[in-house]
Amino acid sequence: MSEGDFSFIGLGHAYSPEKWIFRNYQSQVTRGQVLALLGPNGSGKTTLLKILLGALTQTEGSVSVSGQIAFVPQLFQVAFDYSALDMVLMGLAKKVGLFSQPAAADEEAALKALERVGLAHMAYRPFHEMSGGQRQLVIFARALVAEADILILDEPTSALDLKNQNAVLKWIDRLARQENLTVIFSTHHPHHAYAVADQALLMLGESDYAAGPVSEVLSETNLWRLYGLPLKRVSFEYEQKAVETLVPVFRPRADEPGI
Amino acid sequence: MTDTVIKLGIRLRRFVDRNGWAWPTALAAVLLSAAFLSLFIGAYPMPWRRPWDILITIISPFPWTDSPVWDLREITVVTLIRPPRVLTAVFSGVALGMSGAALQGMFRNPLVGPDLVGVSSGAAFGGALAYKLALSTGGLMILASAGGIGAMLGVLVLARIVGGKTDGLPLILAGYFVGAFFMAGVGLIMHIGGGNTGPNLVYWLLGTFRGADPTKARIIFLTTLAGGTLLMGLRWRLNLLSLGELDAKSLGLNAGPLRWLLIMTVSVMVAAQVAVSGVVGWVGLIIPHCARMLVGPDHRRLMPVSALLGGLFTLGLDNLTRTVVWSEIPVGVLSGFLGTPFICFLFWKTRAKGWSE
Repeated sequence: MSEGDFSFIGLGHAYSPEKWIFRNYQSQVTRGQVLALLGPNGSGKTTLLKILLGALTQTEGSVSVSGQIAFVPQLFQVAFDYSALDMVLMGLAKKVGLFSQPAAADEEAALKALERVGLAHMAYRPFHEMSGGQRQLVIFARALVAEADILILDEPTSALDLKNQNAVLKWIDRLARQENLTVIFSTHHPHHAYAVADQALLMLGESDYAAGPVSEVLSETNLWRLYGLPLKRVSFEYEQKAVETLVPVFRPRADEPGI
Repeated sequence: MTDTVIKLGIRLRRFVDRNGWAWPTALAAVLLSAAFLSLFIGAYPMPWRRPWDILITIISPFPWTDSPVWDLREITVVTLIRPPRVLTAVFSGVALGMSGAALQGMFRNPLVGPDLVGVSSGAAFGGALAYKLALSTGGLMILASAGGIGAMLGVLVLARIVGGKTDGLPLILAGYFVGAFFMAGVGLIMHIGGGNTGPNLVYWLLGTFRGADPTKARIIFLTTLAGGTLLMGLRWRLNLLSLGELDAKSLGLNAGPLRWLLIMTVSVMVAAQVAVSGVVGWVGLIIPHCARMLVGPDHRRLMPVSALLGGLFTLGLDNLTRTVVWSEIPVGVLSGFLGTPFICFLFWKTRAKGWSE
């Protein structure tokens, strides 16, 4: 198992005896790959992420991780009005000694990381005042400065508009392909998973799941079972390139026939 | 191009940092001068430059004057009464300011202060017990510390049972309930009476620097020095703790032990303050707010500024009670009269945003 690899086997969790949230889950992802976790509300995505992070001990099964994990929470709110640079600087927590303060070189590293996500000009801006997309990028910069091998994101696109969704997806792709990080993210958007992920895990039920390469797992049948809604896989040409995506078929009108 | 931006950024940051340190430097200078000038004021009547003459005669290796005109009482006031009182006032404020900043940071809540999470009440109960048992200052210190730490533990356990986590509203409410319990205990001791209770206890409970002696000054100085050094060392870690447990953990920070270390440190510092000068409320809550207005939320700058502002505030209050106000009013009463309108002002200004989740 090399640095950045991540796998879990026979994973299960119950908050109270015999009330399983999920059971016997199994999946793996190797360095430089993206794994997407999909499941409806209440299917235990956050629980699974907490276990993968090591913040919660699973009831059964095992997780094997090699390398350092960085976490990007869903709604990033801070109690105090730190600047973007202060936030990125906190990625160096492991490097800076317990009773020490970050040195000038650390600040430089933090600024370089902000530069890499294209936000160097906002380094001294209060984190509170930044847009949701910019905040995500600041937290990405923090993961970069921490020199993490694995990045775990909790619904990184959920509160963003389309433009910022695209920016975050682009960064997920870039962190995996160019920075060679392993990225695991949960999402409510199967087409996001389809766009960037290599692997997917569909949380279908207590001990029912589908895991594997995106092209196999994100099938119309599986997605129908997951969401109870038809999702069509469509291909078309855009700017001389073949594009393939998933389109949910919302049918709010009662008089329309079901499929 | 990008290098230029980064270099410019670093230069700007350095500028901000330098100016960030301008505040602590200026405040330290003001505090030192104020502390020195405070030796010249007080109830005992003497010519205004008498303290200077006495101090310079003691300090100077050369004979300053051949025929000293002061009497023993004046010497006692200038050497044994006023300096311990000034030191006790300053270091009580330093302890409260730093404790407040640390508590607000680690509980991610700007509404937390030593008097709102039960520490002060617990320490007051321990201290009242020491009065009842007629113990020495050392015994007072030990019982006050035990009371402060006990109350803090009670608050944390209660908040965890109720809210599942130790920040936000459950913590404030738990602090209120546990604090009320310990204040009931104080009431009981006062009701039973005996020992050294009576007017002395009442006056001490209201918060006062009167009766400060070299022993008390030494206790608060050494405790604040030790605790303050620890808090200064850990001040950047407070930034990390203020992010919350999950995020701090993902950054590789083991939040649990660090939190306990901070809680113990703060409890001992506040207990020492209560032991030497009774309950001086609101200082630990409002001083970090003022400091944040000056230098922003980064605890690297917030901690020293809170310390200095706290010292200045309590010293100023004590000087007020010693001179301006008719019949020496307890400092805790004055801090309440000044602190509550200020927190109301913040309440209005921030619309309580971020005060509880």
